[in-house]
Amino acid sequence: MLELIDITKATPSGIHVQSASMRLEKGSLNILLGPTLSGKTSLMRLMAGLDRPTSGDIRVDGKSVLGVRVQKRDVAMVYQQFINYPSLTVYENIASPLRVAGVPRAEIETRVRQAAGLLKLEPYLQRTPLNLSGGQQQRTALARAFVKRASLVLLDEPLANLDYKLREELRAELPRVFAEAGAILVYATTEPSEALLLGGKTATLHEGAVTQFGPTIEVYQRPADLRTAEIFSDPPLNIIRLRKDGTNFVLDGGISIPVPRASLALPDGDYIIGFRPHHLYLEPPGDGAVALKAKVAITEVTGSESFVHVDFADARWVALVHGVRIVKPDETVTVYLVPERFFIFDMSGALASGPAVKQAA
Amino acid sequence: MARITLDGIAHSYLPKPQSEADFALKRMDHVWQDGGAYALLGPSGCGKTTLLNIMSGLITPTRGRILFGAEDVTDLPTEQRNIAQVFQFPVIYDTMTVRDNLAFPLRNRRVPEADIKRRVDELIGMLNLQGKADRKARALTADEKQKISLGRGLVRSDVNAILLDEPLTVIDPHLKWELRSQLKHLHKRLGFTMIYVTHDQTEALTLADRVVVMYEGEVVQIGTPTELFETPRHTFVGYFIGSPGMNVIPCAVEGDRARLSPELSIPLGRHYATLSGKTELGIRPEFVRLGEAGDLPVNIRAVEDIGRHKIVRGQVAGRDFNAVLRDTDSVPAIPRASFDPARINIYADARLIEPEAA
Amino acid sequence: MEKTWNNKAWFMVLPVLLLVAFSAVIPLMTVVNYSVQDTFGNNHFFWAGTEWFKQMLASERFHEALWRSLLFSAIILAIEIPLGIAIALAMPRKGWTVSLCLVLMALPLLIPWNVVGTIWQVFGRGDIGLLGYTMAALGIDYNYTQNTLDAWITIVAIDVWHWTSLVALLCYAGLVAIPEAYYQAAQIDGASRWAVFRYIQLPKMNRVLLIAVLLRFMDSFMIYTEPFVVTGGGPGNSTTFLSIDLVKMATGQFDLGPAAAMSIIYFLIILLFSWIFYTVMTNAGQERK
Repeated sequence: MLELIDITKATPSGIHVQSASMRLEKGSLNILLGPTLSGKTSLMRLMAGLDRPTSGDIRVDGKSVLGVRVQKRDVAMVYQQFINYPSLTVYENIASPLRVAGVPRAEIETRVRQAAGLLKLEPYLQRTPLNLSGGQQQRTALARAFVKRASLVLLDEPLANLDYKLREELRAELPRVFAEAGAILVYATTEPSEALLLGGKTATLHEGAVTQFGPTIEVYQRPADLRTAEIFSDPPLNIIRLRKDGTNFVLDGGISIPVPRASLALPDGDYIIGFRPHHLYLEPPGDGAVALKAKVAITEVTGSESFVHVDFADARWVALVHGVRIVKPDETVTVYLVPERFFIFDMSGALASGPAVKQAA
Repeated sequence: MARITLDGIAHSYLPKPQSEADFALKRMDHVWQDGGAYALLGPSGCGKTTLLNIMSGLITPTRGRILFGAEDVTDLPTEQRNIAQVFQFPVIYDTMTVRDNLAFPLRNRRVPEADIKRRVDELIGMLNLQGKADRKARALTADEKQKISLGRGLVRSDVNAILLDEPLTVIDPHLKWELRSQLKHLHKRLGFTMIYVTHDQTEALTLADRVVVMYEGEVVQIGTPTELFETPRHTFVGYFIGSPGMNVIPCAVEGDRARLSPELSIPLGRHYATLSGKTELGIRPEFVRLGEAGDLPVNIRAVEDIGRHKIVRGQVAGRDFNAVLRDTDSVPAIPRASFDPARINIYADARLIEPEAA
Repeated sequence: MEKTWNNKAWFMVLPVLLLVAFSAVIPLMTVVNYSVQDTFGNNHFFWAGTEWFKQMLASERFHEALWRSLLFSAIILAIEIPLGIAIALAMPRKGWTVSLCLVLMALPLLIPWNVVGTIWQVFGRGDIGLLGYTMAALGIDYNYTQNTLDAWITIVAIDVWHWTSLVALLCYAGLVAIPEAYYQAAQIDGASRWAVFRYIQLPKMNRVLLIAVLLRFMDSFMIYTEPFVVTGGGPGNSTTFLSIDLVKMATGQFDLGPAAAMSIIYFLIILLFSWIFYTVMTNAGQERK
């Protein structure tokens, strides 16, 4: 088990990590989700021992590892750029950590073959990295990390430089590959859909601070604050400022939206409402929906989904509808909101009320 | 502005190409209409960047000609072709301010300063860079730098086409949305021919009116996003577009039914002539209905909930199979799948076969 | 990047530390010692305080040598830096000719300095040297041992021949690191060769140029071997640079006190100029945010 206790990393160019505390259990998959420069790489470097925190403690199984050199820590790391030893063959690349550790030759052979098999590299074992495609180079780096059987495996946006489809393939394979070793897997990414596809637990990061850490589906369905909801939304979260007045939310222009039952107890005042793009409908979705008129800015069609960008009051919203839906720009359409699905944030950004967490069906 | 015609273009990186296999870009003929929004979509190594560089003049094609309007520009160097290119990473002049960066192409062409000022101000407004116009370009964020790169192309009024080579690669997901809509907006407003190279299908399908799908140096299909999604002409297009891609199941086509296994056959709703070669059935996960009743038993391995929809991964007739359910749908206890016959595509040797006319 | 504390590393560094202590630190301390004392050579030392420094700073001879060194460095920088950049720009970046060029460029750097001096000394002689003979045959009056201007030109030529490659190689490294896309974008923007140089190549070579300027300044300001071998500081003292003057004083005249003081002043001057160059060039490259 890896524990981060109130870690802070301050450098002359700014604070890279702010008071982060996390507990990573053995055999768990942990995702660090956040935009670029939010502190994901800094946090991973602190976990690996490549950097020292300015304050705070890092403990492995209860013992502090702050003074331990990274070579002595049981860690493997894979980077966004495909990093392999360019002059060694794939076989030698994968074998390199075992050779450094002094593992006997017969065992190296079995373990390298096992790693190559898992990552589908068997036909390429005698090639050098420059003669491999991007996907194969990254698989080599992953195999090298796997074969070490480290108890902590850090993956820093490993799929970001790969083609879309390659990314899909590898993403499905990765958790399986590392799950067997029982290691703590930490995976950094900027894409919310990757976090949701991988599952496990997610920590959302914003400007060096961990805003929330918990099971991925919970962080997604019940974000602790506005920042977390925004980080975890792709397409971007739809937002509007409203004032609560008794049982209604009111907006200038006389528009009022009924407050969902679970939120009636909130004090009156200004709130920021957020809702996901697939909860903004172009057809009446059922009872409890509120109809509003909005002007279409553009429509983007991908075949499986359509994104309709609309302007309402001074907010720009995106509606995600299934299938092909073409609406001409500057047309006025009726959009439907479902108050039961609102995330209601108070003006400081903390979640005041929101829908309950649904367990997986 | 002009239409761009590719006449018999082929390119090989080898000095003396012998066979088809030596060509990185196989023979293609295509007309890019004036003012159209096109995407060149394909995996790494499919030839899309080669094609883009041929159009911009950075590479001279081994064979064929390029025409801008009626003029043969095959031998013209880049600066005389009146195109602009935006690269994968932002290319800006570090020592200049944002304003000077945008003015640079006009100054090189000796446009009068008053006109330059007007154009640059206009562009700064369009790109939403108002507060930062006089800062050094180096100090801006990645997406703002890409806007400057794009701006340098838009600032010239003599630009025939803007070629974009995976420009959103270094941009964060949130900002990708903004930049994409801004790009679409600018295209609508200014009407330049836009050719956008990418391996990301979401980018291609949202930005383009027509998408050119490439694979191993060849054009596999050209069509609107809807056409590519609903009727892919090649199983590769079916696989490459859509996340997850189209399900492809080998079958035997018997008249108006498809036999997936000795016990399973489903109706096609249309009649097919006798087919030769490897026959397969293609159905997109979005068009699969899962319910208690249905034609085919499904063996479910996993369900992934990604918020806006659920992906059901399993097997049908012994083959890997995916289905996409709405976020409000639930997965039945004993799942069976049905396919909407209108959405089934039949492929022979990976190519789409049309049904016989009714 | 802060690494964790590693005690074993100190053992690796210890031998080098001892070596540096012996060959640099202790002698430096000795020089400082001598510079503040006076001796008649019989191991009796009298405290002289800053007297040697005052004497040195007021000395006409010191000023002349200093001026000569500064002039020399200025000329060297003015020739070698632009020439190095020009050569780097002309060198090929792709293909088999690259290795050939790099080897040719490196050759002058490999020759020991006094050998360089000796080569040129013979080269320039009127009777057996190729250059000297050709000059005489062309009717040009060339004699580096007797004519001041000829002596200066010869020494400048030696240094340029010897060291421009270093500047060229450093700039080449900086140039090669520029991604192709920048040139392509410049082509599309219709930029002229000069604009490409000024706005893309030069800014990106900034760091490398800084190193080149610092290195060349320090080396040229301290130049000793070539003038010593070729002209011996003459004719008269027209090529007596600071270093040559220093050696004359220390080993020729055994004025250890003034020599030590001069060493220290010399050292401080180099330090000052290096700091100035460094600050100016990093600030010029810095973009104010």
